[in-house]
Amino acid sequence: MKRFRRHGQESQRDRLKQELFQFNKTVEHGFPHQPSALGYSPSLQLLAIGTRSGAIKLYGAPGVEFMGLHDENAAVTQVHFMPHQVELVTLLDDNSLHMWTLRGHKGLSELLEIGRFTLTGPPGAPPSVTRVTAVLAHTSGELLLLGTEGGHVFIVEVPGFRELEERNISLDQVAASVPDDYIGRRNLEHVEALQENPINPNQVVIGYGRGLMVIWDLEKRCAIQHIPATQQLESVWWTEDGSYILSSHSDGSYCRWMVGGEDVNDEEEKSDIPYGHFPCKAISKIIQLPTEEGPPFLLFSGGMPRASYGDRHCITVIHCKTHVALDFTSRIIDFFVIRDGLQHTGDPSALVVLVEEELVVIDLQTDCWPVIQTPYLVPLHSSAITCSHHVSAIPLKLWERVIAAGELQNTHYSKKPWPITGGQNLAPDPPQRDLLLTGHEDGTVHFWDASGVCLYPLYKLSTAGVFHTDADPNDNMNQGAEGEWPPFRKVGCFDPYSDDPRLGIQKIHLCKYSGYLTVAGTAGQILVLELNDEAAEQTVEAKVVDLLQGQEGFRWKGHTRLDVREEPVLFPPGFQPFALVQCQPPAVVTALTLHSEWKLVAFGTSHGFGLYDYQQKNTVLIKCTLNPSDQLAMEGPLSRVKSIKKSLRQSFRRIRRSRVSLRKHHVNNTAKLQEANARLEAELAEMELAPVQRKIEARSSDDSFTGLVRTLYFADTFLSDSSHNTPSLWAGTNGGCVFAYMLRLPPVEHRADEPVTAQPAKEIQLMHRAPVVGIVVLDGHGAPLPEPLEVAHDLARSPDMQGSHQLLVISEEQFKVFTLPKVSAKMKLKLTAVDGSRVRRVGVAWFCSSRTEDYGESGLVVLTNQGDVHVVSLPHVKMQVQYPCIRREDVSGIASCVFTKHGQGFYLISPSEFERFSLSTCYLVEPRCLVEAPLHSGSSSQRRSQPDGASSTHRTRQDSEDAEVLQEIQKSLEGDQTSFLENNVKSAVA
Amino acid sequence: MNKNHRVQSSRSLSAVEVKSKFGAEFRRFSLDRSKPGRFDEFYGLLQHVHRIPNVELLVGYADVHGDLLPINNDDNYHKAISTASPLLRLFLQRKEEADYTAFGTDSLTRKKNTVLSAVLLRPDTNRKKPPVIISLPRDFRPVSSIIDVDILPETHRRVRLYKHGQEKPLGFYIRDGSSVRVTAQGLEKLPGIFISRMVPGGLAESTGLLAVNDEVLEVNGIEVAGKSLDQVTDMMIANSHNLIITVKPANQRNNVVRSGGGGAASGSSGRSSDSGASYYGYSSQAAAASMPTHIIQNFPVDELESDDEDLVIEAGGEAEPIRRAPSNYSMPSLPRYEPHLNLRTATTSVSASALSINANGTLPASGSSGSLSNTNATSTTSSPDRAMERRSLEEDGTVITL
Repeated sequence: MKRFRRHGQESQRDRLKQELFQFNKTVEHGFPHQPSALGYSPSLQLLAIGTRSGAIKLYGAPGVEFMGLHDENAAVTQVHFMPHQVELVTLLDDNSLHMWTLRGHKGLSELLEIGRFTLTGPPGAPPSVTRVTAVLAHTSGELLLLGTEGGHVFIVEVPGFRELEERNISLDQVAASVPDDYIGRRNLEHVEALQENPINPNQVVIGYGRGLMVIWDLEKRCAIQHIPATQQLESVWWTEDGSYILSSHSDGSYCRWMVGGEDVNDEEEKSDIPYGHFPCKAISKIIQLPTEEGPPFLLFSGGMPRASYGDRHCITVIHCKTHVALDFTSRIIDFFVIRDGLQHTGDPSALVVLVEEELVVIDLQTDCWPVIQTPYLVPLHSSAITCSHHVSAIPLKLWERVIAAGELQNTHYSKKPWPITGGQNLAPDPPQRDLLLTGHEDGTVHFWDASGVCLYPLYKLSTAGVFHTDADPNDNMNQGAEGEWPPFRKVGCFDPYSDDPRLGIQKIHLCKYSGYLTVAGTAGQILVLELNDEAAEQTVEAKVVDLLQGQEGFRWKGHTRLDVREEPVLFPPGFQPFALVQCQPPAVVTALTLHSEWKLVAFGTSHGFGLYDYQQKNTVLIKCTLNPSDQLAMEGPLSRVKSIKKSLRQSFRRIRRSRVSLRKHHVNNTAKLQEANARLEAELAEMELAPVQRKIEARSSDDSFTGLVRTLYFADTFLSDSSHNTPSLWAGTNGGCVFAYMLRLPPVEHRADEPVTAQPAKEIQLMHRAPVVGIVVLDGHGAPLPEPLEVAHDLARSPDMQGSHQLLVISEEQFKVFTLPKVSAKMKLKLTAVDGSRVRRVGVAWFCSSRTEDYGESGLVVLTNQGDVHVVSLPHVKMQVQYPCIRREDVSGIASCVFTKHGQGFYLISPSEFERFSLSTCYLVEPRCLVEAPLHSGSSSQRRSQPDGASSTHRTRQDSEDAEVLQEIQKSLEGDQTSFLENNVKSAVA
Repeated sequence: MNKNHRVQSSRSLSAVEVKSKFGAEFRRFSLDRSKPGRFDEFYGLLQHVHRIPNVELLVGYADVHGDLLPINNDDNYHKAISTASPLLRLFLQRKEEADYTAFGTDSLTRKKNTVLSAVLLRPDTNRKKPPVIISLPRDFRPVSSIIDVDILPETHRRVRLYKHGQEKPLGFYIRDGSSVRVTAQGLEKLPGIFISRMVPGGLAESTGLLAVNDEVLEVNGIEVAGKSLDQVTDMMIANSHNLIITVKPANQRNNVVRSGGGGAASGSSGRSSDSGASYYGYSSQAAAASMPTHIIQNFPVDELESDDEDLVIEAGGEAEPIRRAPSNYSMPSLPRYEPHLNLRTATTSVSASALSINANGTLPASGSSGSLSNTNATSTTSSPDRAMERRSLEEDGTVITL
């Protein structure tokens, strides 16, 4: 009987687990790492980006995004949408072509690969004969023209990829008709460019590398005209009226050629080296677009004087008298122009530039050509991300204030709506407002709207103003000087150079109810900030805290403290610092927490921890945790791990540099790349091989960094006796030690003048000495204590203070529950001893059932060093589920992981991209969107124009006919509502 | 000295003449050979006759060969009585001043005089170097043991290392490697974890149970197959207070040969570890068939709660080890495999010492192992209760570092 019953319970629990937990990687936020190709479909209004790792990403209106991955691990070199269709073709580095389509499925579109093709030449031909260098998707939508390295043009019928051999344009056919006086006739080289005549789809221009261009009639299968350019060809553009061809060349020149029936006119009409006199770099792409009235727009990339500005990444825009060289901070991959009008043939409205580290869109219809803020693809890594912090369910008040502060910072952006508007976002409105805060190396904190699919920048806080830095004030002055030639204008926000690495933000804690924020950095600085809607000029007083507490014999070998500005500083509206603590020694802050109700901030470094009263602006407690024999802790931030990371970064940079210098379409391209890859692999292998053996030794109190404070926690609980609860501070160290302090707070009316005191109450030394990574106090019902002010704002049930509280200590190796106030071990869950993985990240999350609305339970979400995510039940610390999430070699990905309060998480998959995942069945933020095939050219492809403001990124357009979608939306909305009841709802079963 | 007592009296058959020396004083009395009583009674008697009721004593006697041997439990007491011929000569020492080196066992190579002269507190200044100090059997405690011999394949060895919070490091390194296995698909090269280095003077080395190139198969009952070197490292460190590793020794010569096994051929094939993994195939058919494909543990992992003694310090109070909350669990029971500590008759036939002794210092790896096992055999088998009692005390001991 008993056995049956237990079995029944187990299966019941299993069913419940299925209702509560489910693992999904939902969406990638940020900017794709190493983009390598750009495509755009004017009819679909979709943008496509291909990457070096073989990913293809499509973006339309905010929230509309698709992602596909080629099976081949090869870089995408070209992306072409088939005109007026939902298909697109990609060309990879391995010379394979792939056909993708957006297929409707259950009312949503999904990106699918529907075909692949590799050109096969005649038997025995060298591979260069079929190596594709240029692709033209013909407007008929049925043909692909493929120019190759061997100089041939192959014609392929799509979507079936059927070679039309009889229509191929071989090099011999062309060479035979080349005028005898043409210098380069012996070797025309590869096909560099293929362009279709905008007014006659039967005519294409074939541009050969050597410079010759041939206008070919596809119907008659013969050359109509030869354009004998003699400079190495870079790109070709056929003007819209079909009467001119523009060619750009490797010497920084461009030429305009008249297209006419008679050979007499084939003299070059106009030739120019725009930044001439001295040798210039190549103009890699040139575009000319007409305007309704007035002269056309001319846009080209490159062409800078080699010696003086050869390292600039520029796109030049010339219109009327305006001539601007847009100066980007990273290499230009490609660009295109969006045009007005229903058929996208009107005036140019926006220039879209894909550079290696960001996407920049420039409004060409507003004076001064301002930048339009991108609602997606925002470079997270404008300065390197050093930490992140997620806050769920932001109160509307704070949300609006943050947005208002952010809008004041964005006045230089164009007011125009986002011009890429393809597809419909069918995702339901996010159930709550979530903030993701990222700390950066340059001392800034970026606030992102993480509620939905688009990670949208809201506000940026800079802490550098509090300190004197080495920044050169002339840095920003030397641009835009009058009369400078070329007329540079800096655009883009990617700026990887930090003025002072000590400014780097390491820890962030925001109280969403009070608007108090604390951030801590690399040089032991802790700032407390308050949200202020007005600009204010104030002095920030620094309080230096000696964490060594008179321990003798230590000398700090790391960096010095930051130099604080003594004079008042003007802070713009937003978060303004009002208190500053500087740790001595100025080691990186390793733990930070804020209690806005008690107005206390606790911070820790590798030397100890402190408690700071930010109302009275004095320190309440300083505790040195440094082991007297630990000299390593005085070495500064150059720990071994860091240096490995650094050397990795350097080798990546080296490779990137060598890749950047590779010219496109050159034979040794792949060889060089492979060489670079091999070098990287060798370096990696060497790094891994160096410590071939591992020492097996029990941890000892003498190990280095045992005193490093890993976690700090405030709790109102029973520390000394079971009848009186008191405020308390808990600290956990790397050496497996937990310190508990009883705090005495003066009554509210005397809070400003009576001192806050802290008394040591308990000290727990874990026998296994593993680093303590988390401390949680569970109330009488076994639920985690609510956040400060949560109860006061009626957003959480007050904790149960009747039953006895429990202390949960999470070390890297195990989860252990102790009773309170008398600390005795109650139960535990071993992790490392059983499977060899260690806890890297841990958070408390609330999971609600997908089936039963009113059921939910809290659990611990855990990420291990093996990259697995686990859910551990509370308060019984039983393993619930386990999913592989991150590759275990991806150390920085694992280190960057941050959990939300509702079972979602973010981690960096590259320096510029967050992957979002969800462990919850109810909380899923993923793109749900529909792209419809455009009605054929001539009619409107867009049903409505979208007044798409920056602030209204989340829009739900529900297709009322699609009951299924509606139902799903309904379901997730309901699920979300229950979750609003929040963390501390005690369930009978738990 | 001896010749004085050569006279055999008529009483000698039933009574044992005892001459007990403490310091400079002698006491003489007799005991009934047939009813010697228990050791503690005898111990009380000695304190009584010497009128030193509160002095902790070390009791030694000269055996027939003239060796000085200890009397500290019922067994060796009875042995002493039964072999006394007829005089039993006792030498008492204060425990705190006891000269352990005097307890010689290697009588054949030494002159009786030197042994006894040492006992008679005549320090021999000519001694070149202090010999290895070995504590008395009752102070012995296990630092390592071979366990589960009965259920493991002969080619495997399960070793338990007791850290006990002592200062001595575990002292070994592990590395990645590959081993060749015989599988259904033929020979297969599989990644494995191997011991790569021993720290001189470390626990691992001093036990002699682990060696370089031994393949690690399990850590505390969990197979390491499929785990990375770092994972196995972390598992070992997490279990470092009571580490049980199952290895396939590189040197298979010293394997335990079970009498019933029928695999006489196995074990005698010394091969290098990396290539020598084909032992499954090497042993006889019967043995191979009976061998379980995965290794059974006969100890439940969760009984190993030796790391459960976290230390808590209340404000202003004394440090105390944390006890389990009584509501949930009972006190940790002694591990079930305790009996394995004792030498089994089956295992004594092999030269590998199945139990090595904490040497309180450096124990030369070669040397007196043969005679050591002799002593151990008597002492450990005779006083299992005390040894267990002792260990349970030790497991509660916590290193306090504040």
